[in-house]
Amino acid sequence: MSASLEKGIHALKEVIDAPIASYFESCVHCGLCAEACLFHTETGDPKYTPIHKVEPLRRVYEREYTLLGRLKKMIGLSKPVTDAELDEWQELVYDSCTLCGRCSLVCPVGNDIVYMVRKLREGMAVSGHAPAGIRSATKNTVESGGPMGLKWPAVANVLRKAEESTGLRIPVDQEGAEYMVLLSSMEIVNYPEYIDALAKIFHKAGISFTLSSEAYEATNAGIQIGSSDLAKVIVSRIVDAAEKLKVKNVLSPECGHAYMAIRWEGPNLVGRPFKFNVVHVLELLDDLRLKGVLTMRDKLKDPLILHDPCQIVRRGGVLQAPEPLIRQVAENYIPIADKQKLNWCCGGGGGASAIHTEAAEALRATAFRIKKRQIEEAGVGTMVTFCANCRITIEEGFDHYEMNTKLLGLTELLAAHLEA
Amino acid sequence: MTDLQFLTWTRGPGLDLAVAVFLLGVLWRLIEIYTLGRKKDLAAPRHAPGASGLHTVFRRSLPPPGMLKRSPVSYIGGYVFHIGLAIIVFLGAPHVLLIKNLVGVSWPTLPSQFIGLTAVVTMAAMVLMLADRINKPVKRFLSTFEDWFTWAVTFLPVLTGWMATQHLLLPYTQMLALHILSAEILLVVLPFSKLFHGFTLFGSRWYNGRVNAHKGVPV
Repeated sequence: MSASLEKGIHALKEVIDAPIASYFESCVHCGLCAEACLFHTETGDPKYTPIHKVEPLRRVYEREYTLLGRLKKMIGLSKPVTDAELDEWQELVYDSCTLCGRCSLVCPVGNDIVYMVRKLREGMAVSGHAPAGIRSATKNTVESGGPMGLKWPAVANVLRKAEESTGLRIPVDQEGAEYMVLLSSMEIVNYPEYIDALAKIFHKAGISFTLSSEAYEATNAGIQIGSSDLAKVIVSRIVDAAEKLKVKNVLSPECGHAYMAIRWEGPNLVGRPFKFNVVHVLELLDDLRLKGVLTMRDKLKDPLILHDPCQIVRRGGVLQAPEPLIRQVAENYIPIADKQKLNWCCGGGGGASAIHTEAAEALRATAFRIKKRQIEEAGVGTMVTFCANCRITIEEGFDHYEMNTKLLGLTELLAAHLEA
Repeated sequence: MTDLQFLTWTRGPGLDLAVAVFLLGVLWRLIEIYTLGRKKDLAAPRHAPGASGLHTVFRRSLPPPGMLKRSPVSYIGGYVFHIGLAIIVFLGAPHVLLIKNLVGVSWPTLPSQFIGLTAVVTMAAMVLMLADRINKPVKRFLSTFEDWFTWAVTFLPVLTGWMATQHLLLPYTQMLALHILSAEILLVVLPFSKLFHGFTLFGSRWYNGRVNAHKGVPV
């Protein structure tokens, strides 16, 4: 056994806990989880059945933690997990799983399958079986601060431009602010208008805010690759900066995985509860709406549907804010059948959008058909969402299928119609 | 061994052995699984109505929105045979009598004609589920020896019990002995196979409900 495989198996042994044992013992191979996974529904390929994706983890569990499994191991009836096998599973654990968690919502025996995939990634990462694309995103984040290798001077430049275009001040490293604002590289590079939007909203609401030159990136590729050690390094930067600046709240950007990383995994990675609150930007906006601060000058008339990002809504628990906010700014919002916690993933979460092999890109395009169908069935020309990574993936999908659907970011949309 | 000797063995030593393996097996497996424990979630919890472990234990008994339409055979067939098995085992007169002899408590039973009809419906549902497992690409792909084996181990007691009461194929004594033997095999297999989901599904639903309730998501 190679040293890296040994480490990987060890990591898998470490992550197996009572829930995982209970889940494996409960599975009756009914296959219903496949019906909840867009990679299966859109390809029809049974290998994309969620519970099958965690088979190597089940094997380790059986061999190491059950009486019968240990007996089988002793008399040579069960084979150990091999490098070749983990290599084969890479596609199932990364390319075709976005950690969207829809499978965990339907399993009749109650298995939280996405919980298991996340844990399996710990072993995959340590044993060197994570895809190159996510590996380099993680390396960039650890070394330079963000997954795209973006450094502070470039960010400061974008902030200066936002100050110029809005005429508002964007404070940096200001102690005692109410909110420390985090961004995601995708927003900084592709959707800088998000920063303008935030500045406008904060100024209108009269809330103090700041950015930290030491921790501006909220996304955490360490979590997507499945390496808790690296994820901890990345999240600690934010915790240190927030505590140094003594801010009350840290504001997570729209980006779903960033929110998951800082709000839910963060305290568990650093091993203690935070001294500040983590607030998702939509939670803040909905709070401002309820306080009557978020009044609109006018409303968007185009009929539109909402794409609920998995990590913010189904997995993140921001269930109630999105709909009232979209109704605040849109006159013709059309609720779709599978909305809120039942929404279908864009196909690019969980690090999948960072995998640029031909096969992974083709698979993502196929999986995107479910979003295409949702748009066509609703008969709308506009979709609104609130996650930078979803936006990139959806725009790629639109290009691929040559759709002329408009895609808007919720925070920017609200800012654009905000009463001065 | 005569038919009567065979029957006597299944009702005496055979039953004692099967019940002992079953009880010790269940206990061992529960300890093996649940003593693994889990880490405390350190993130500040969010509270939401309808989100808890207990909610999910009950909620998962019903198909989530849209799922019944996607896999009607799994749901309807699954309900019918699970409820059928429960009716036969817990409301059939000979079974309640057995339970009374073993643990001393009893309750009212259903007429044998009704139990017979339930057995036929249950078997029909199980055959349908088997056909679905063979036909549906996902189910066939997931199936291992254990899936076919546990199906047979569950089906045989129903079949032999029904045949014994209907006096089909074999003399009553012989069929009854086979019925009891098949039920004993079921008891022995249960703790060490996927049939153990009958015990762990409550824990699994609870964990899933609990973990997601921490984030304020009713699942």
